Order: sequence, then structure tokens, then C-alpha cells
Amino acid sequence: MNIISSSKNKVSNVDKPLIKPRSDIHISLYGLLFSEVVQYCQNRASSVSEIQAKLADLGQHIGQRVMDVQAVRDKNFKRETKLIQMLIMIKSTIWKNLFGKEADKLEQANGDDKTYYIVDGEPLVNRFISMPKDLSSLNCAYFMAGIVEAIMVGANFPCKVTALWHDGGTTFIIKLA
Amino acid sequence: MSRQTNKSADSKKVNNELFTLTYGALVAQMLKDHENCEEVNKQLERMGYSIGQRLIEDFLARTNCTRCVDLRDTAEKIQLAFKMYLTMSPSVTNWSTSGDEFSLVFDSNPLTEFVELPDSYSTMLKYCSIIPGIIRGALEMVQMEVMCWFVQDTLRGDPSTELRIRMVKKMEDAIPVGEN
Repeated sequence: MNIISSSKNKVSNVDKPLIKPRSDIHISLYGLLFSEVVQYCQNRASSVSEIQAKLADLGQHIGQRVMDVQAVRDKNFKRETKLIQMLIMIKSTIWKNLFGKEADKLEQANGDDKTYYIVDGEPLVNRFISMPKDLSSLNCAYFMAGIVEAIMVGANFPCKVTALWHDGGTTFIIKLA
Repeated sequence: MSRQTNKSADSKKVNNELFTLTYGALVAQMLKDHENCEEVNKQLERMGYSIGQRLIEDFLARTNCTRCVDLRDTAEKIQLAFKMYLTMSPSVTNWSTSGDEFSLVFDSNPLTEFVELPDSYSTMLKYCSIIPGIIRGALEMVQMEVMCWFVQDTLRGDPSTELRIRMVKKMEDAIPVGEN
């Protein structure tokens, strides 16, 4: 009963047209916001892996929504059902939409058809971050790993995504269940 | 150590949806962690404050702005900053007669693009608290103490979004301890 009454007095966001995303937030502002996000996670966690888990949780929140928007806007309400197509879409379209450029590489692990890698030389969220020594293993790209995981899971490809430093860049490891 | 200059022209810009969603994820997480809107409002404001303190440096470095001569000048520069960082142009209106208070009115707000507040939060939560925080933090670094708050917010069903800024006082340089 609530739905009817509330839709009367407010225009719901769902009813608004879905305009194309513009790229218009200055990167400094985003960098500072993200640094606050990282600090917030850091303050509430006691270990590196906990911080990473918290970042990934936040990323998941984003991934779930991105997938919906993507399906409605670009794919004519269709969802990808083939694994490789799905991975390619993440690597190219989604990466480009969210982070301004395509990911560098998409690879399959040797002899393992359940493990895939997405390689990004300079992940957006890591551009402003330098690590103090005691946190050197922390990778804020876990935030992006969370986004990817939520997208994959949302499309019915249950998997676990982790992020790994890897000669200068970050590799996202997608392990399908 | 120096940042490499980026190839593509708009790599200084980030998708506004990523920004909106990141902020949304943060607020949602904070609400889960605190369950107390007041506390969340306060923390968001404090986050904005520390963003503002650092953003002002970025702003001054990029724009060659000089010191503001009066509050009208300040208002113009705030407008410029909004344009630069969020690509939006709030209009400056509702000056108080004494000239120490004005409003910024937004026609759209990039922070709230996909946002809908559930009824239980609509009165308590100040979703955009980070913006007043940023302004307060930034102005404090140029020695102006201001108060900043939302009088109207479309998220709460108001017809427009209006941010009120009141000049409190000019902060003076204090003499460091031990010097005359």
C-alpha cells in the first residue's frame, strides 16, 4: 500500500529517463572521495585483508547497480549468457564506461577453464594511492574486484574475484565456482 | 615520482555514475555501520571537511585565483569550483541584507542521481552532507570561517536544492608560540 501513496507525491527515480553517462567529475575530487572511502574502511578494520574485504563490499554495491543500468541502456534489456562474451563485455564496455578506458588484457589461465585474468596497468582507483610500508600488501583495486564480482554473480556466473599486484599493474583473478 | 601526463584528453574526468555510486555505496555502508542518522550526517560532514582542506590546494593550483576581496567574490569562486569539479553551475541568490549570507541553488545534483531515500530516512538523513563539509573545509584553509547547510533538498521532496552559506568571521593568523 505504501508504493501507491509514495509514487503519487514524488517522481520516482525509476520513472526518469536513463540518460547516458557523462564524464564530468574531476578526477581530483574523485581521488579525494575515494581516499576518504579507504580511510573509512581502514578505521573500521584491523588487518589488510579486512580492509580489502570492506572495499570489495562497497564495490559489490556498485557492481549490482552498474549491471542493471548496462542491461537496460546498451543491451536492449538482454543479459549475456555466454561466459566469454560476458568477460569481454566487462573488459571492454564496462571498464570503458566506468574507468574511462578498456582493461589492458583478458587472459585465461593455462589449462584451467575456470580461472580468468583481467589485467589493468593502471587501475583508476590506485592512481593516487601510495602505500606506507606496513600496508604495502594492501591493494585498493579490491574495490574494483568487488564491482566485477557483483557483475559476474548478478549475471549468474558465480565466482570469486581477487586483485593482485603484478609487475606494475594489477591483475584481477576471476575464479569461477 | 612525478605523475605521468595522461594521453587521452578527458582522462582528468571520471564518469559521474562511478562517483554517484561510490558515494552511495559509502553512505549505505555507513548507515549499516551506525544505524543512527545523526552520526552518519556528522561523519559525512567531517569527511567533506577533510576533502575540502585538500581540494582547495588543488583548486588554487589549477586556477591562479587570488585572495577573495569580499564575500561576493568568494561566492563567484565557489561557483567556479563547482563548475570545475562537478560540471554544474549553481546560481547565487538570496543575499541577506547585511551581505554576509547567500544561497546556492542547484538545478541538478550529481550526488543524488540514482538516489531514493526510503521514507524512514527521508527526514533524518542529510544525504549530501559532504558538500557543506567540503565548502567549510576549503574556506577554512583560506581563513574564512563559514557555516554551511542545506535549506532545501529535492531528495526530501523540496522543489529545489538550496545550500546556504553564512560568513562567520575572518580567521586571523596567530603568532607562533615563542616568537614576537
